[in-house]
Amino acid sequence: MTPIPLEAMAASVPDGALLALPPDNSLPSVALARALVRRGAKGLRLLGVPVSGFATDLLIGAGCVAEVETSAVSLGEAGFAPRFSAALKEGRIIVRDATCPAIHTMLQAAEKGVPFMPLRGLIGSDILANRPDWRLVDNPFADGGDPIVLLPAKSPDVAAIHGVMADAEGNVWVGRRRELATLAHASKRVLATVERLVPGNMLEDERLAPGCINATYIDSIAIARRGAWPVALLDEYGFDAAHVAEYARLAKTAEGFAEYLARHVLGQPAQAAE
Amino acid sequence: MSIKPEERIAATLARLILDPAAPPARHIAVGAASPIPAAACWLVKKQGHPVRLSLLHKRSGNPFTEGSRELFDLTGQGRIDLFFLGGGQIDGQANINLVGTGAWPGTGVRFPGSFGSAFMYVMTPRTILFRDEHSPRVLVDKVDMISAPGVSPPGVFRRGTAQALVTGRCVFRFHPDRARFTLDSVHPGETVASIRAETGFDFDVPDTVPATPDPTEAELALLRGPVCDEMLETYPEFCARVFGRKHAA
Repeated sequence: MTPIPLEAMAASVPDGALLALPPDNSLPSVALARALVRRGAKGLRLLGVPVSGFATDLLIGAGCVAEVETSAVSLGEAGFAPRFSAALKEGRIIVRDATCPAIHTMLQAAEKGVPFMPLRGLIGSDILANRPDWRLVDNPFADGGDPIVLLPAKSPDVAAIHGVMADAEGNVWVGRRRELATLAHASKRVLATVERLVPGNMLEDERLAPGCINATYIDSIAIARRGAWPVALLDEYGFDAAHVAEYARLAKTAEGFAEYLARHVLGQPAQAAE
Repeated sequence: MSIKPEERIAATLARLILDPAAPPARHIAVGAASPIPAAACWLVKKQGHPVRLSLLHKRSGNPFTEGSRELFDLTGQGRIDLFFLGGGQIDGQANINLVGTGAWPGTGVRFPGSFGSAFMYVMTPRTILFRDEHSPRVLVDKVDMISAPGVSPPGVFRRGTAQALVTGRCVFRFHPDRARFTLDSVHPGETVASIRAETGFDFDVPDTVPATPDPTEAELALLRGPVCDEMLETYPEFCARVFGRKHAA
């Protein structure tokens, strides 16, 4: 698989797409999020798998987002996500609240190609009360009186992940974050940015194979050095807490957010670094 | 060095984890944004108790090879004994609200969201609720919206609920049979009257309410030393603020 330029990858994401992003501790492609901001993407529907972080707040702030389905949005120790909160308050985005295992379960149903899967819990939560697409049924395998929730399969149009490396076959290595395999299996297209390319076929190496997402599921690859930054990437680099704290401070206001974008996303140096 | 409120809450949580009257805690999970429960769990572990800790946000040596999905699958099977939940609002029936105030989905103040609470609270045999801020805006008579309910109607599958609620002022025990809290102990400087004044929900009070014990010297030494060592990578801001320690990047 031949890598494509990052900006070409961003151009391949249509406006209005259902775009799945892993949380800050599980390899989101922040590089692709920045490239989507630069391309001026509109109307994206974001899915937090199962929660949302830095990249989601950035895309919302830049006006790229119409809807967010997630179990939470936060910047970790840097606090609440300021552009998400502002957009919700101003009514500029639709927010569909979920709970983490429900998002995993909807993807697992899509992965299996079945229309729905049941999940325990949820009953008595206002999340369920606000999700007309989730159904309460009586467990058909019990003798009655055992209510359980059914969740519809969910298949994202695009999943944006950042792996450590891709090989010549297009397999992408994500290490222990194997929940990304479920996301990849469930999504129509996986766009993977990676730190680097390696020769050969990682699936022939018993130690690397378990951490790979098979090229079957990968639509395209782009090289983006430090493409998870400012969030962490496995043991490659840590979470840049100072940078996220600076973001949180600036993004409290629309003007501060614009200043952040100009400095770190729209400018030439950022493009060169990616 | 004086006892920090977070150290007092952590030591109190540790005693609740080890409560001999509660079901055993062999495998404890700690979710997102939970530095105080993480400190309590590490304290229990560093005291030599044989518990398995699964800290969802630990980077080096993360316990899961399938991320948070594995945490929820373990819990679904009943293999996690104890979990911790906070709340932007917590009410007198132990309902928690992590969504926000006002109308759905948080037209007043928006909180981050429910995370896994709507599942974990129901599927874990024991949950300990924690919130350092103890004020009428947090501890309310009725939450504006329910992320996860404190009790469920008969016939709804549920393994457990809140064991206790620990705040910066006191410890409450929860009684699911009557869906009410009882004041269990008050931290230094607090009285039954001061707790009543700062609590938005009604609760029961026994004839005598003891003081919450201070963390011992041994507990403080563990918290500030080996517990902090374990937490520096995941919670650098917390460790700097509470323990005065910087993470060497």
